[in-house]
Amino acid sequence: MPEAENQERTLTYVASINEGVREVLLEQDNAFVAGEDVAQAGGVFGHYGGLLAEFGPERIIDTPISEKALFGLGVGASATGCRPIIDLMFMDFMGVCMDEIANQMAKMRFMFGGGATLPVTVLTMSGGGMSMAAQHSQCLEAWLAHLPGLKVLMPTDAHDAKGMIIAAARDDNPVFVILNKASLGRKAAVPEGAYEVKIGKAKVVREGSNFTIVTIGSMVYEALVAADQLADSGLDVEVIDVRSIQPFDSETVIDSIKKTHRGLVAHEAVQFGGLGGEIVAQIQEQAFDYLDAPIARIGAPFCPVPFSPPLEKVYLPNAEDIVSKIKGTLGI
Amino acid sequence: MAKRPSNRVLQALHLCMVRIRCFEEAAGKMMENGKIPGALHLYVGQEAVAAGIMQHLSDEDQIASTHRGHGHLVAKGGDFKPMFAELYGRATGYCKGKGGSMHISNMEVGMLGANGIVGGGPPIAMGAAFSNKFRKTKNVAIAFFGDGASNEGSVHEAANMAALYKLPCIFVCENNGYGEYTSQANHQAVQDVADRAAGYGMPGVVVDGMDVIAVYEAAGEAIERARKGDGPTLLECKTYRYFDHVGVRGMGLSYRSDEELESWKKRDAINTFEKSLVDFEIVTQKKIDAVYKKVNSEIEKAIEFAEQSPYPDPSALLDNVYSEEGA
Repeated sequence: MPEAENQERTLTYVASINEGVREVLLEQDNAFVAGEDVAQAGGVFGHYGGLLAEFGPERIIDTPISEKALFGLGVGASATGCRPIIDLMFMDFMGVCMDEIANQMAKMRFMFGGGATLPVTVLTMSGGGMSMAAQHSQCLEAWLAHLPGLKVLMPTDAHDAKGMIIAAARDDNPVFVILNKASLGRKAAVPEGAYEVKIGKAKVVREGSNFTIVTIGSMVYEALVAADQLADSGLDVEVIDVRSIQPFDSETVIDSIKKTHRGLVAHEAVQFGGLGGEIVAQIQEQAFDYLDAPIARIGAPFCPVPFSPPLEKVYLPNAEDIVSKIKGTLGI
Repeated sequence: MAKRPSNRVLQALHLCMVRIRCFEEAAGKMMENGKIPGALHLYVGQEAVAAGIMQHLSDEDQIASTHRGHGHLVAKGGDFKPMFAELYGRATGYCKGKGGSMHISNMEVGMLGANGIVGGGPPIAMGAAFSNKFRKTKNVAIAFFGDGASNEGSVHEAANMAALYKLPCIFVCENNGYGEYTSQANHQAVQDVADRAAGYGMPGVVVDGMDVIAVYEAAGEAIERARKGDGPTLLECKTYRYFDHVGVRGMGLSYRSDEELESWKKRDAINTFEKSLVDFEIVTQKKIDAVYKKVNSEIEKAIEFAEQSPYPDPSALLDNVYSEEGA
């Protein structure tokens, strides 16, 4: 059906990020993009390409490599009438500016008794698979989700990337949009113009009746492959893309578990202390009587992300790990 | 050259310093009496800095303060009642009792908060200055920090960025000789923090922070420069904290001598200024006494207001974590 395909425009994740940011800049006069190498270079993955030419150096701003100042810029400018989009090149660099994130940005509104409003959006890149080693590959979403005052989104595909960037920029709170490297070149149907993907709402990406995989970011792709493989073993797997880490849509997850009675939580982040533990806890608190098996977990092993490709391949959780974990848990 | 401040300005500077000192002394007393919970970092001794700078600002100009922030808020136009109520942790405080001394703020007068993190303010002030320029206003933002904070990376990053973008931001280092309990000689190799300005690419000015006119004039030049679009200045004010890092004890501290304290008190910014005001017949001693009386009566009423105000309702705990509004 070539005609129908023509109607449904597809874009890469990189192009959809660009469109999302562009829509925000067109819509909000007081929005600007600031970050390292966002203007002249167009971003290290090219996702800000063309924006400098269209919006000029007053709105697309190369900053020094100074993450603390960059986040101070986001806090101070958002508290005084701007709606900044702050680009943190790799989320691993949060270590440099964690004070500005955790003690200033996240808490200012509360500390001031509601006196300050911080409509700031942070775009950052997470995840492995590119041999970028221990300081450019991490998934640290749990650090952010633990901080009251922040909203944290993890759009998996191109459609959600654009829609979540727009939703984040329209929100009056600090919102982190954690992008993932595994998706950069992948395409999805992306509507023209501005649209929002609602913050706080998970997405059922594959419907199923007797097993639920709750997953985040790049692991959605692995979960979908695993779901296909498990069909041979008599499992009809539902896959949920959490998308919104904070606020977390427990309702969608709990409803699914109540239907399927069995589940697994998978993320690329290190398993220990990762969001999987929180999600499992919520399931046992809210759906204990519905469970026919323990909720299993998949995450990265407790070690830094390695450089060498064969080692990184072993490190990153994948569809095979998910399949074998599920089979082991169910004894099938 | 800056012209001599008018009598109106001189009296305003005096009133501002008196308001800060009386507020801080009363707050210290109430903390000692167990009325105010938590920790207070008091500003007594440093009044000339806040007064001299804030005299040039309107509510639309912003400041980002330090953990020693009450004096800054008083000088920026903070009202005693919601200030005391905040220190008391009451619902009628500027932050509804959620911030306390270390996070006291009032966005209405451009006070972007005291800050519990040493060096926390300058990046925020720089961001506000960026916003002022982006929104094409003529407003300036003041980044307050101490000699201790001058060793924090956040200050260097903010100063570099402000100079690079020529932002209307004035970096005011209140050098009171101590980073918490460690003397300047034990925490940095330079004597003048202003020396570092050259490394940022901005003018560095050292001024006697016990001389309110000197501060007023130096700040006036820096602020005028910033408003004209010529970028930031690092203004170092040499001053002294009469009390301990926390609380009201001044004498008998292990890390500094009583003689040192006494030598600074001899140059007390308020006393010396009052002497000049009388000597030059700008005001009479009677008028000065009346200023204290009026300020202290206002403080009494503010304390009464705070003590009679309710604590926040437990149901308010989760309020203000997020804004419910959209764009």
